[in-house]
Amino acid sequence: MQDFLIELIGNEILALVIASALPLAFIVPFVIIAVWLERKVSAHMQDRLGPMRVGWHGLLQTVADFFKLIQKEDITPSLVDKKLFNIAPVIVFIGSYAVFAALPFTSTYIGMSLDLGLLYIIAVSGIVVAGILMAGWASNNKYSLLGSMRSAAQIVSYEIPTAIVILSLVMFTGTLSLSEMTELQTAYFWNWNILGGAEWNLAKFLIIPFMLIAFIIFYVSSLAEVNRTPFDMPEAESELVGGYHTEYSGMKFAMFFLAEYANMFAVSAIASVIFFGGYHSPIGYLGDLFGIEALIPFEQLFWFASKGIFFVFVQMWLRWTLPRVRVDQLMTICWKYLIPFSIVNLIIIGIITLI
Amino acid sequence: MAVKTEELVLNMGPQHPSTHGVLRLELELEGELVKSVKPHIGYLHRCFEKHAEAMTYPQIIPYTDRMDYLASMYNNFGYALAVEKLMDIEVPERVEYIRVIMGELQRIASHLVAIGTYGLDIGAFTPFLYLFRDREKILSLFEMTCGARLLYNYIWVGGVSHDLHPDFLRLTKEFIEYFRPNVDEINNLLTFNKIFIERTANVGVLPLDTAINYGMTGPNLRASGLKFDLRKDDPYSIYDKFDFDIPVGEGMVGTVGDCWDRYFVRVLELEQSLKIIEQAIEQIPDGDVTAAIPKRVKPPKGSIYTRVENPKGELGYFIISDGGLNPVRVKVRAPSFVALSVMDELCKGALVADVVAILGSIDIVLGEVDR
Repeated sequence: MQDFLIELIGNEILALVIASALPLAFIVPFVIIAVWLERKVSAHMQDRLGPMRVGWHGLLQTVADFFKLIQKEDITPSLVDKKLFNIAPVIVFIGSYAVFAALPFTSTYIGMSLDLGLLYIIAVSGIVVAGILMAGWASNNKYSLLGSMRSAAQIVSYEIPTAIVILSLVMFTGTLSLSEMTELQTAYFWNWNILGGAEWNLAKFLIIPFMLIAFIIFYVSSLAEVNRTPFDMPEAESELVGGYHTEYSGMKFAMFFLAEYANMFAVSAIASVIFFGGYHSPIGYLGDLFGIEALIPFEQLFWFASKGIFFVFVQMWLRWTLPRVRVDQLMTICWKYLIPFSIVNLIIIGIITLI
Repeated sequence: MAVKTEELVLNMGPQHPSTHGVLRLELELEGELVKSVKPHIGYLHRCFEKHAEAMTYPQIIPYTDRMDYLASMYNNFGYALAVEKLMDIEVPERVEYIRVIMGELQRIASHLVAIGTYGLDIGAFTPFLYLFRDREKILSLFEMTCGARLLYNYIWVGGVSHDLHPDFLRLTKEFIEYFRPNVDEINNLLTFNKIFIERTANVGVLPLDTAINYGMTGPNLRASGLKFDLRKDDPYSIYDKFDFDIPVGEGMVGTVGDCWDRYFVRVLELEQSLKIIEQAIEQIPDGDVTAAIPKRVKPPKGSIYTRVENPKGELGYFIISDGGLNPVRVKVRAPSFVALSVMDELCKGALVADVVAILGSIDIVLGEVDR
């Protein structure tokens, strides 16, 4: 992508700036829609209507809220550690934003086609922990501190099963690059990794149940990583008020908010890339059908976004159905169940791949 | 050099989403473990008992509404019973039936709030709104009867303020038909949810002897395993005419007297209240509801203590009269106030998240704690 932009613009720095700002063009509209969706989903699940006043069925409500947040006074409480307090939301946002650089939106657009894409994603999403800890510590508030400590423990723990599941997929496909992994699961849903990949042999059928287990482990731990119910410990409203962002308001709060929703989409997108064929259509392309080559990338973007949004929807669905687990139970789930299961699963997938 | 350490003292409230009102809990923490809990009350103190000394007996009734504002009908009920006993007034039978129907509807409404907000404390948002939807229907029935949705001033000394609306009994029957299946919905959605059980079973266990020592009453006591309900054990009004059970905690998923038991006793009581209302609707006689209301409420010299089974527990009124128009003293035994005292005992060694679960399970209303 950069090479193309450098050629187009002729200035390397400018091209890089533009290339790195491109994911924003996706994130901001996505967050606006996702927040609206969250409200509508929760409202309809709860026998309510949700926002109805601003725009068609409240579609512009989030835009209005966004402007409200921008206009708010930028408060830095007097007893906080000012430097850390101000930098923390930026770091949290960077952590979740950087993930988007390696996501293959279509076969033609990927921010940075890294050979070690998956490793990179696991690494940069770890930055978020630092930001959350900074926010909790700098706020000089006991609720924030407790929230951020929980969050750090939770995210660090749940990265292990996530990484192990990703590792088993890496063993299966033999690549760490997200775009290559997507290409391996070419169009049509029976080629998806969750259904045993594109090769038709005995291993394909043997591996399906273990792929399902891998997906469930991955999805559960990714829920914990983005702090969604039933694992929303760090911001457990009924216990810790707002968790690490209790003291934040205005634009800085909006940064946390943006990061949370960006993160939700990021983990959903990763799930769809490694299990569900990424940007590939499950039923073939219209572009192929009509012989219009240029249509395919747009179709791919559509499928990529819809798979992502589907998993985001499932996250919302869970959030508005389930209660919250306790902090020690959360750790029990991770260390006593998810990690052993994922390791066993890793070994079995490895053996099946070898056969 | 020794590192200086100290416990983390966390003030939970008075502005906190799950202290159920303006309660401040001073938590002494070691990491996330709770070492002690000190409840600080009084943020909602309105001098009810002192006010009562300067008012005539009927004027006090609206003030009783404002104690346990989720069970106003029952507060009126208890107060009216106390004054009637002091004055030796016989109320018409229809009035007794109306009072029981209102009281049991109120018990359902109060338990719905308790169950719903408990789900909210545990982190389940959706059941809360489902239950509030059903509670709205009860409030509409009340509104139809006396014009108010929260603070009714309906049950007066010697009667009730208005007779029932002509449609009331039919609509109440419809409500029972509608509501009964919803109890199963609550059970499916919340009660037997694995995460919910994990959060509440074996948490905040209150053994029976401790419960008695602390003076716990109502669902909190019954959850610890004692079948004690004033409607059966010290019958007032016409409760001896109805056939209903008293659910007690059985430790179905954990230990007897844990948070889940306290929660589940309330769920089971919904069904029993429905049963009482059904029987009352069948049997209610016609008659005048205001006949026995005295022109001037002027009880003879003396004192009285009456107690009723409020949704939260034993609500007692102690009234001293000197034969004048104002009482000399009105003392209220508030079940929430007594229940709150057990917090420290229950929370020792629990986690911060458990404090919220335990506080929710004893179901206090700060308006009644502080009065």
